Amino acid sequence: MTAPPLTMPQPFPFAAIVGQEEMKRAMVLTAVDPGIGGVLVFGDRGTGKSTAVRALAALLPPIKAVAGCPVNSASPEAVPIWAEVSDRRMVTKPTPVIDLPLGVTEDRVVGALDIERALTRGEKAFEPGLLARANRGYLYIDEVNLLEDHIVDLLLDVAQSGENVVEREGLSIRHPARFVLVGSGNPEEGELRPQLLDRFGLSVDVTSPRDVATRVEVIRRRDAYDNDREAFLKKWRPKDATLRRAILAAREALPLLVTPDQVLEDCATLCIALGSDGLRGELTLLRAARALAAYEKAATVTRTHLRAVAPSALRHRLRRDPLDDAGSGARVARILDQVLPG
Amino acid sequence: MSDPGARVVGAFMPWARVEVAVSLLAVDPQGLRGLWLRGRAGPVRDRVLAALDALPMPVRRVHPSVSDEVLFGGIDLTASLAAGRGVTTAGLLATGPALILTMAERCGAGLAVRLGQWLDGPGPGAVVALDEGADGEEMAPASLTERLALFLDLDAIGWQETRALRMNATRLAAARERLPYVTLAPEMLTQMVTLAADLGITSLRPPLMLLAAARASAALRGGERVSEGDLQLAAGLVYGHRAVRFPEAEEREPEPTPPPPDGEGDTAQSPDPDRMEVPQDMVLEAVRAALPADVLARLAAGRAARSAKGASGSGAARKGNRRGRPLPPRAGAPDGQSRIDPVSTLRAAAPWQAVRRALTPGRTGIQIRPSDFRLRRFQETSDRVLIFTVDASGSSALARLAEAKGAVELLLAAAYARRDHVALVAFRGKGAELLLPPTRSLVQTKRRLAGLPGGGGTPLAAGLQMAEEVARLTRARGMTPTVALLTDGRANVALDGRGDRVAAMAEAQVAARRLYASGVPALVIDTATRPQAELRALAAAMGAVYLPLPRADARRMADVLSGALG
Repeated sequence: MTAPPLTMPQPFPFAAIVGQEEMKRAMVLTAVDPGIGGVLVFGDRGTGKSTAVRALAALLPPIKAVAGCPVNSASPEAVPIWAEVSDRRMVTKPTPVIDLPLGVTEDRVVGALDIERALTRGEKAFEPGLLARANRGYLYIDEVNLLEDHIVDLLLDVAQSGENVVEREGLSIRHPARFVLVGSGNPEEGELRPQLLDRFGLSVDVTSPRDVATRVEVIRRRDAYDNDREAFLKKWRPKDATLRRAILAAREALPLLVTPDQVLEDCATLCIALGSDGLRGELTLLRAARALAAYEKAATVTRTHLRAVAPSALRHRLRRDPLDDAGSGARVARILDQVLPG
Repeated sequence: MSDPGARVVGAFMPWARVEVAVSLLAVDPQGLRGLWLRGRAGPVRDRVLAALDALPMPVRRVHPSVSDEVLFGGIDLTASLAAGRGVTTAGLLATGPALILTMAERCGAGLAVRLGQWLDGPGPGAVVALDEGADGEEMAPASLTERLALFLDLDAIGWQETRALRMNATRLAAARERLPYVTLAPEMLTQMVTLAADLGITSLRPPLMLLAAARASAALRGGERVSEGDLQLAAGLVYGHRAVRFPEAEEREPEPTPPPPDGEGDTAQSPDPDRMEVPQDMVLEAVRAALPADVLARLAAGRAARSAKGASGSGAARKGNRRGRPLPPRAGAPDGQSRIDPVSTLRAAAPWQAVRRALTPGRTGIQIRPSDFRLRRFQETSDRVLIFTVDASGSSALARLAEAKGAVELLLAAAYARRDHVALVAFRGKGAELLLPPTRSLVQTKRRLAGLPGGGGTPLAAGLQMAEEVARLTRARGMTPTVALLTDGRANVALDGRGDRVAAMAEAQVAARRLYASGVPALVIDTATRPQAELRALAAAMGAVYLPLPRADARRMADVLSGALG
């Protein structure tokens, strides 16, 4: 059991993050199309992984949900019966971004009997867990590679089916749990199981910026945020608002986007050349390219979009080659140049 | 007022460094996030801990196996039962404490990460990690220490050099008040970043911490602006232990320590305070002074840390439910393999008794349901397997096969005493052979070894491949493999059995890199009459410890081996 989250002050503005373009783009794309299926951010310590996730939470457009519904249902009909919500009003609330802390118990993830009602009124009632709260939003796991195996198994299952099923204490409960999984971690701490790796739509490797000017800018902005928060937030608020509008516009443009057959063919060619396992890679690649095209206000998806998102969509799906020092990202780039010259 | 901090750091007085570090922490605990205190428990450490009362926050002491409820809060079972309603506790961290983490070297990755997340949050508190790790091997987890600005090593400080740390509460309070108004020349920011880059510090956290430390130092001495002395002093405390390389460590003759200027003197020296550039050398000097004694040696040893990790006596940790160090119990069904933890099972069942009694009237006694079962879990260190990969080729046989055999036998005895498993791979002629799968049988190993014939070519790549295969299999069985390769390095048989020196050497290189990539720690013993450069390169490719074996008796070789394996 963990404490209720502390009241968080305004996070660092997303637009104010220096560099790390690939990570920022990957996160924006999942906001445009949640179906892409999450982002995995791997990198050294102190590269701003968690800062970016917290910033994203503040950037996401709000959702409309039934008031008081524990799973953020989009319509009164969709509210699960066990939730006992009589209210039919709709409210606007921020997109949920739920932290899944390491060392969390199974009860807290999937939900359990409401201990308070059991104690005070002797009633059996379901107390929803983190998966319920994350429905229609984001589930964030920091240091995802340190997560206990039994929690990982549980998440894999739910992320796959989009539904959480609880059978215990004579309770039989199911509720939708569709969320974008965001994980971050430091590869030095340990590897991630390939099954979980595959569940993330996009994966990004982040490193510290090398040039001094960029690094100084990072420190300067962080210092400004720490010491004069109000002024700093005020300065960046318009930029974040612009980003948010662009995400909303892209969501609307997405269904109208034309996908030429050539792009589908390109997707298949690339995945075959890379020998990436399964069809999930191909689907994610296409979805990400479409989301990018919509975000960039293009009318059709082109090879340029495909090339831009290919490393993020495919690098974690390759068979590992222990003799390749350069890493899978470089491999994707190399083969990309061979089979789909830009 | 003079700048006492800068002077003492320049003069390398360790206890003065401690005084300064603790004072800085007391000025800005939230900004500095804490202190990594390395050293054994004792009166010296107690003096430091006593001074922590000066911190402007509650000081709480916890140990690494503290439960989540205590730290992060949760349902208070006793209070809930007594009150008849759910009572939640807030947890220690909600009070924004300075958390003293005792025995931080035993801190698990999970706790370290969660404390790290807490520290990354909106600056609610600080952590003082008491790290009692013996020599370089045991250490507080990096994910935690990375986030603590300050580092102090107390082991080198004798009791006579210390005195009680006097924390002047009024002065500290004044410094805290001044802190938000301390300014900084814009060039200094660039300098802090450049300095980090020069020292090979890639993370972006340290420059921010240096900034906080330098500001705290300025505030403490009553200045309005971060001075040269502040920067120097802070760099020593924040960057010292993080440095992974030194820019001109070799070329530059260490100059006689420049007398650090007084706080007042700073402005006099630089006519325009806005364009104040601190000579990089001086700051570097301060960092060098703060280096823990063993760091340079560690840097020189380069990758030694990696090989030490795998080859250090115990195997890698893994979770099980049979033996080892206890971990928190978890829910699950008893399946004959696992053991039930009765106390936590009862605790899980306790709150539901009222409900269950209401559901099943007429039943008396405690009602335990399957969902209450809690199983015991332990963290055990897995068994180690030493995979001897012995070159039995003609060239080797002529030289030292008998000696190598003798050494392996002696090492076997040591392995037996440590309850290690042993496997034996030999390569000669056209290929490699697994003579003995992992076993603890000393007798069997000796017999196989004695019967090992010598002669033929040297298919080194085949031997390495076989060793890797065995390592992979043993790892799959939950053991931790270490490869010990004994060869003269004159590979002359390719994988396809052809006699081709060049191809054989190239293939051996590939096999060595593959072994390195699989993360198996290794040890290469050069049994040739003279050390072979090629074999040294091969060992480097494997990330292995390389030991050229001088002509010596088997016992001496066994000593070398045990030394290298720890």
